[in-house]
Amino acid sequence: MSTTVKTEVGGMEHFHTNPELNYLTNGHSIRSWLLTEDHKRIAMLYLMSVTLFFFIGGLAAAGVRYELMSPAGNLMESETYNKLFTAHGTVMVFLFLLVAIPAVLGNFLIPLMIGARDLAFPRLNLLSWYLYMAAGTCIMLAMLAGGADTGWTFYTPYSSMYSNSNVSLTLLGVFLGGFSSITTGMNFVITIHKMRAPGMTWFRLPLFIWGHYATGVIMLLGTPVVAITLLCVIFERTFQLPIYSPELGGDPVLFQHMFWFYSHPAVYIMILPAFGVISEIMTAFSRKRVFGYHMIAFSSLAIAFLGFLVWGHHMFVSSQSMYQAVIFSLLTFLLAVPSAIKVWNWTATMYKGNVVLSSPMIYGIGFQGLFLVGGLTGPFLASAGNDVHLSATYFVVAHFHYVMVGGSIMGFLAGLHYWWPKMTGRLYNESIAKWNGILVFVGFNLTFFPQFIVGWMGMPRRYHYYYFAPEFTPYHILSTMGSSVLGVGFAVPAFYLLHSLFKGEKAGDNPWNAHGLEWATSSPPPTENFRYKVIVSDDVYDYDPVAEHENDMMAAGGKA
Amino acid sequence: MSHAAHGDEFNVLKFQYEDMDQQNDSYIVGMWTFLVTEVMFFGMLFLTYSFYRANYQNDWFKAHGELSWQLGGINTANLLFSSFLMATAVRQAQLKNRMGVLMRLGGVLACAFVFLGIKYVEYSEKYAHHLFPGPGFAPEVSHFQGANLDHVQLFFGLYFAMTGLHGVHVLVGILVIGALGMMWFKGKKIVTEDYIPTELVGLYWHFVDIVWIFLYPLFYLMPNPSAGSGGGSH
Amino acid sequence: MNWNLFNYPMNPPQASNFASEHDALFYAIVAQAVFFGLLTFALILWFAVKFKKGSKADRSSPQYENARMEFWWVLVPTVLGLATFFWSTKIFVDMRTPPKNAKEIFVVGKQWMWHVQHPDGVRENNTLHVPVDTDVKITMISQDVIHAFYIPAFRVQFMTVPGRYTQLWFRPTKVGRYHLFCNMYCGTQHSEMGGSVIVMPKREYADWIAQNGQVRENLTAAQTGEKLFNKIGCGNCHGANDLIPRGPSLRGIFGKSRETTDGRKWIADESYIREAIMRPAEKVTKGYGLTMPAYDKTFSEEDIMNLVAYIKSGASQSIPTSTIAAAMPGIQARDLAGKAGLNSNAMQFNSDRADATPTRRGSAPSVGALAVEKGDQQ
Repeated sequence: MSTTVKTEVGGMEHFHTNPELNYLTNGHSIRSWLLTEDHKRIAMLYLMSVTLFFFIGGLAAAGVRYELMSPAGNLMESETYNKLFTAHGTVMVFLFLLVAIPAVLGNFLIPLMIGARDLAFPRLNLLSWYLYMAAGTCIMLAMLAGGADTGWTFYTPYSSMYSNSNVSLTLLGVFLGGFSSITTGMNFVITIHKMRAPGMTWFRLPLFIWGHYATGVIMLLGTPVVAITLLCVIFERTFQLPIYSPELGGDPVLFQHMFWFYSHPAVYIMILPAFGVISEIMTAFSRKRVFGYHMIAFSSLAIAFLGFLVWGHHMFVSSQSMYQAVIFSLLTFLLAVPSAIKVWNWTATMYKGNVVLSSPMIYGIGFQGLFLVGGLTGPFLASAGNDVHLSATYFVVAHFHYVMVGGSIMGFLAGLHYWWPKMTGRLYNESIAKWNGILVFVGFNLTFFPQFIVGWMGMPRRYHYYYFAPEFTPYHILSTMGSSVLGVGFAVPAFYLLHSLFKGEKAGDNPWNAHGLEWATSSPPPTENFRYKVIVSDDVYDYDPVAEHENDMMAAGGKA
Repeated sequence: MSHAAHGDEFNVLKFQYEDMDQQNDSYIVGMWTFLVTEVMFFGMLFLTYSFYRANYQNDWFKAHGELSWQLGGINTANLLFSSFLMATAVRQAQLKNRMGVLMRLGGVLACAFVFLGIKYVEYSEKYAHHLFPGPGFAPEVSHFQGANLDHVQLFFGLYFAMTGLHGVHVLVGILVIGALGMMWFKGKKIVTEDYIPTELVGLYWHFVDIVWIFLYPLFYLMPNPSAGSGGGSH
Repeated sequence: MNWNLFNYPMNPPQASNFASEHDALFYAIVAQAVFFGLLTFALILWFAVKFKKGSKADRSSPQYENARMEFWWVLVPTVLGLATFFWSTKIFVDMRTPPKNAKEIFVVGKQWMWHVQHPDGVRENNTLHVPVDTDVKITMISQDVIHAFYIPAFRVQFMTVPGRYTQLWFRPTKVGRYHLFCNMYCGTQHSEMGGSVIVMPKREYADWIAQNGQVRENLTAAQTGEKLFNKIGCGNCHGANDLIPRGPSLRGIFGKSRETTDGRKWIADESYIREAIMRPAEKVTKGYGLTMPAYDKTFSEEDIMNLVAYIKSGASQSIPTSTIAAAMPGIQARDLAGKAGLNSNAMQFNSDRADATPTRRGSAPSVGALAVEKGDQQ
């Protein structure tokens, strides 16, 4: 189908599976799933588990939102509320956002896109899923045993010396999740370096791969730091080994430095893969080569690099020195530039294309709109002077939800809709999907835009009630109303995607008529990904908008 | 499963690779990448160490007197020697000299056990002196010449955290080297035909050695901060 | 500027010197964000319609790279970003640099209340009275976990960290009552940790101080510190001059350069003095041995603030004869902690005595560590 690939039959005969079978039908036993080393099956395992955790985290969020609808805080105890927002943050960040796009879409697509049979280390890949599940189990057990109440940031000395909740078990979960992330990152970086098919040069790589390469690097360099930092907090809680406790001469702010050294780049673990997804979708549905390929590729690397140098902007009002804060502020402003480049390049990609508004594109445009707001509210917080007022208010909450939910989750949904036919071989109901995309966009804005205003008015984050400040009420009511819409918007895809698995139309190998190696193999792909030897001879995104337009015109003229 | 389809016992090439070169390259890059994550892992602890040492140099100098630089020194020499043995084992693997590899791996294992033995002596001595941080921390006050005991505890906290983590790495090293030795002993083709697995284990062991080379001077050989610059330790 | 949504305000009141410059920057960034946000999203939607597959729009000579265009959209955000950076940094530096003659107020954060000490000796909880048009510098510390002292109407916020002082300052410009929040999650009752900032006309403030001062014997923080200084017997070693071999005189040392035995030089600011009381081993003054015990288990943060205030005021006491021989050389901190028990006494003492300012939320026991006063009364 695609012109991107030249094929040569032959080679690796002994790896060929039965041509009747694809990766889904190749083995039906539970064992064949739980002990699989196939990156595609592992991606499906991840998809099931992240969906589960997403809805658990979502339920916690719903609890938080409904509690805040009235200023009095009369739905639950403060302790319960604190545990709910901690559960929401911990589950969403460590069990969903950090994992969703890389471990599901990345796992599935990286070998397909570069023309490899699997990731470099399939067994490590399976191990990473088991580590992830162990992490999930620990965090869930901690929740069942009463939950932790520290917030997902685990600031010391509250988390280490004061909280009586199940912090250690939660931290152990996060620690294990960190190793899952490290193994995934290692696999990605080495696969992209070493496993590319002949002819797949660096600048023929899809931007999705560039995004995941940058993500992998961050996972490798950042995650070990937070892992050992959190381990130290566990030590401090269990053995009273002093590291951050001020009563023993330790420095609690050191924890914040260590934590944000990872957790700021971690934001890019969540968003860079989404950038990759959007790059693919914008070009495939504009039927036009992406504008400024090199610029987008390098901006991903620039973000990964600069992302490690800006952690201090989370600490403008903690006790770091003024000069330190000023430098972090400057670097943060510089970091805004590569993100801006990407958005404008995507916009320019649509110019003079043949835009097809299929459901992935609707989600993709939704991503652009939400990420724009998330990105453009960044400078408020990068300005040290403004951040003094806005730090840790709902303004920050709204900002990072626009980036994380509006960016990362919209990107995930866009990618899931785009590659769903490839992953399952089935088509979902396109018109429900489109309308749902719009519903999520509207619901999201309704939920989080009011939070900018209430944050700017001074509503602190993690407050259980605000009876003393009734002027915040209407914004919280709006936000809670929006969150109901958003909840529906997130639940509906679960139904129509699941429905498509059984009742969906057969998708064919390339329903979007897209270019790229993953579309050149069958849907769902066979276990060995390609039934022929892949040699790449053409450039990436080899669309021809002019010729396609002429064809369209001819077809239209013919009808008339 | 298809992965079993290549169950050719002489073929150590894995399903996902095109040829041995690609596979070996991936393994080597993989090992180095793993070591990078290890550097970041220990790096955080080293940073924490530097931060507190800069703040509490006097107390830490007094605390470090409790550690035996002789025992630490023996362990350093021991690990350095084991690293040397490891390097020669890799050479023997390249030469496909099975006995040579087995002898040297045995030597490395012996050194690793000696290392852990000495560590055990050191730890139990600290424990007996109530120097393990936490509720049981009750040091002999007179040993510390008026140093703030909280900072002494912080010193031992990091001492146990960092050398303990290193000890865990030595333990893992013993397991890995043991497994590698078993494979050589049984003459498995995956190790005898190709020196790369031996080299990978070697890389890991050198890393464990290097971490100790930083730990030893940082904990055992501190200069006296009151003695001005260049003051010796003992 | 005052905007409303259904008669609800959409922006916080402007009640300090920072509010207007902060808001100017804020609205400038809003303008940037709205401009670029609408422009970009409008372009995306417009392209999606105009270049919809099958539409008749001109698609000749499509471009895939355009260095000049990309240069511009690197340059524009960089320049705007840098301009915003310099503007915001100016405000930030201003916020972090308290003026010299600011009125100093001490604040201690603890789960879950704010304890405020005015220099005139008046204390209050969860409420902060300040005079209008006066520079106020808040020196803060936490007694347990990290909190953040946040007054939205003043646009100021800073964390209070256990173990070290942090500062913020402002000049209230409008009389009124404003929110005071703890804005760093600090445990179960985090939402409860707040109250009001009450900005009063200067004369009313003076009256308020005077009224409450009568209830309080009108001891300034420095005077309270002096009492404690004498009670503990600090003067046994820290005399009026440097003749006592055990310790240096503290007279007028504030702001001076001090050299420690390890050769390092320090400016004797609040943090230095606090450190030197709590962990003397770290900062032994050159020429002296380490005979002073560590007081970090003995004093509450209020005690230390009062001592710092006293030393800051010059520490020109008459050398007292101490009744408590707590300053015996060689004594260990841990032993002392049990003997003194100042904190628990103080808690009890203060809860017996209703705070002059009624706390706004609930009835948190007022705390303070004037164990000295208790001793005096007995």
